[in-house]
Amino acid sequence: MNWDRVREKLNILSDAAKYDVSCSSSGSKRKNTTKGLGDATGMGICHSYAEDGRCISLLKILLTNYCIFDCAYCVSRSSNDQVKRAAFTVEEVVDLTINFYRRNYIEGLFLSSGIFKDPDFTMERLVRIAKTLRTQHNFNGYIHLKSIPGASDDLIREAGMYADRLSVNIELPSEQSLKKLAPEKKHKDIIRPMSFLNSAIKENKEERALVKYKKKMPLFAPSGQSTQMVVGATPESDNKILHTANSLYKGYNLKRVFYSGYVPVSSDNRLPGTSVQVPILREHRLYQADWLMRFYKFSVDEIIDEHTPQLDMQVDPKLAWALRNSHLFPIDINKADYEMIIRVPGIGISSAKKIVAARRFSKLGEYNLRKIGIAMNRAQYFITYQGAAITYLDLQPHIIREHILKGYNSKFLPKQKTQLSLF
Amino acid sequence: MTWLLYDGTFAGLLSSVFAVYERKLSIVRICTYSSFQPDAFATTISIDSDTTKAARVWKGLQKKLSSKGLKWIYYTYLSQLPDMENAMMSFIRLVFAAGGNVENDYGNPVVLSLSDITRKVGREKHRMEAFVRFRQTKENLYYAAVEPDFNVLPIITPHFKNRYADQHWLIYDVKRRYGIQHNCNDHKVNEVTISWNEGVKPGNESSEVFTPEEGWYQKLWQDYFKSTGIPHRKNMRLHVQHVPRRYWKYFTEKHLQ
Repeated sequence: MNWDRVREKLNILSDAAKYDVSCSSSGSKRKNTTKGLGDATGMGICHSYAEDGRCISLLKILLTNYCIFDCAYCVSRSSNDQVKRAAFTVEEVVDLTINFYRRNYIEGLFLSSGIFKDPDFTMERLVRIAKTLRTQHNFNGYIHLKSIPGASDDLIREAGMYADRLSVNIELPSEQSLKKLAPEKKHKDIIRPMSFLNSAIKENKEERALVKYKKKMPLFAPSGQSTQMVVGATPESDNKILHTANSLYKGYNLKRVFYSGYVPVSSDNRLPGTSVQVPILREHRLYQADWLMRFYKFSVDEIIDEHTPQLDMQVDPKLAWALRNSHLFPIDINKADYEMIIRVPGIGISSAKKIVAARRFSKLGEYNLRKIGIAMNRAQYFITYQGAAITYLDLQPHIIREHILKGYNSKFLPKQKTQLSLF
Repeated sequence: MTWLLYDGTFAGLLSSVFAVYERKLSIVRICTYSSFQPDAFATTISIDSDTTKAARVWKGLQKKLSSKGLKWIYYTYLSQLPDMENAMMSFIRLVFAAGGNVENDYGNPVVLSLSDITRKVGREKHRMEAFVRFRQTKENLYYAAVEPDFNVLPIITPHFKNRYADQHWLIYDVKRRYGIQHNCNDHKVNEVTISWNEGVKPGNESSEVFTPEEGWYQKLWQDYFKSTGIPHRKNMRLHVQHVPRRYWKYFTEKHLQ
């Protein structure tokens, strides 16, 4: 290997890939049954964390950052002459993946690419790398391939035979924004492969459920598909973003929708400008709302609607929901349904499960609840329990809000203001 | 107060539990020989590690607990936390005294304390599965030194055995002075001790030991670690929360040239 050259390429092509936020490596079912290298079963592993605090689970690189498209929000856009260009060979990517994996640096490979020549030509290279890893190197680690918009169904099907997860990025929360910022990308070129993958994954699952010897039945993208959209580059509201996400979850059974706070990479006048801050708090609130939809059984309309189209930045969306629906509280921890307990601010899934299990033995009081690990600073306003004082139960929502905010100490929030909010 | 002293093995600990019931001891504490601090008023009994007695206790527990509760007991043992023996003894007394299965009684501090210790040990297991950094030696052995908070090598073995089935590897616990070694010819993992040459500090071996490519892959990984982060989003507080400083010592990406 020409180490210095590979080093340079790795720097360029990981730098270009880092704006893809997905790094999850969970949910696959690939076992190391061949005594080969690696497995990808169940829980993902973050092998490291970058200094921005994001998980590093996969070797996330572009095959090349040469691109014929000119998407304004993208650092690899064809008109960007500030960036160095490079391209890996198939062998180089394979070698890096195997050697990083053997040293326990990574769970696998996340491979994306700029579009060179045409979508099929690019997709064929990505597939070839995954195929080489699986068939020649007996590699059973995690592989996430980007499916290039406009690539043929045959290539995408082949990709699914080798990859654990595929993703097509929806890029922006609305078709109008996509048209404006990525004129060469067609909305239908993104939706079509998503829909194709959805049926292919479903088909494979159904077939596998029927056969007795599952080993003989090949897997097809066992970890499903995901997508991402850039937040804050275009004017869509949180309401629009979350409804788009919701329709993707419902319509295409996506495993994840990732939200990527826009990092200013261009002075293009269609974009917010280079001095704009990355909307980290907004992104965080969107993920919280996303979690409420996926794990806490909230419908999107409970979280947000067109009357208040932006998420509350001061408090998390579950607390905001509880404050809007104070007539449903307080609930009795020792009696309420599990579905209602997970809706209490400050109680998560695992605490809720413990509560439901433990109360069959004895009534739970404050001491027990604290020990179980619920955040009483928020929960206390919404629950009663054995021996509860009634101090808080007749407080108005806006007073509760003030009380809770007073106790917060987050570096994201502006310093405490005394001004009351309007609702 | 009676003190039962055992050798630090799991069988020794379960033998102590056996002795508690056999001798009908009510005011009793269990502790290892090495951590026992003599006390003028204490009666001490040495407990021999007896696999038959240990197996009987384990069998009794199996009748009362699901795999979850059994895991709690094993993980609590691996935590090596001071006084974990007595947290465990309280739990075992509760288990044998109760009519049904008590492991869901999270309102009970005795149950919760074992569940908490297990969570901590489980987190350390997961961390080690993530943070082990192998280096390839000239003998084609992938070698890693670690210093986990708890004694997790026994429970990370299956993970590494499945994952690196075609690889010779060795993970060495510097603090507890033993390692687990996988031989890919017979696909077996053995516990090993190592006699280090004079002056060699585990984790700080001479680069002579490793292949010439090893240094390059480390450099590439360090480069990758740097360039995959987004400077606009730098957040060291979060970074350190995920990778506490005590783990940096053996972390390839933290040894920047």
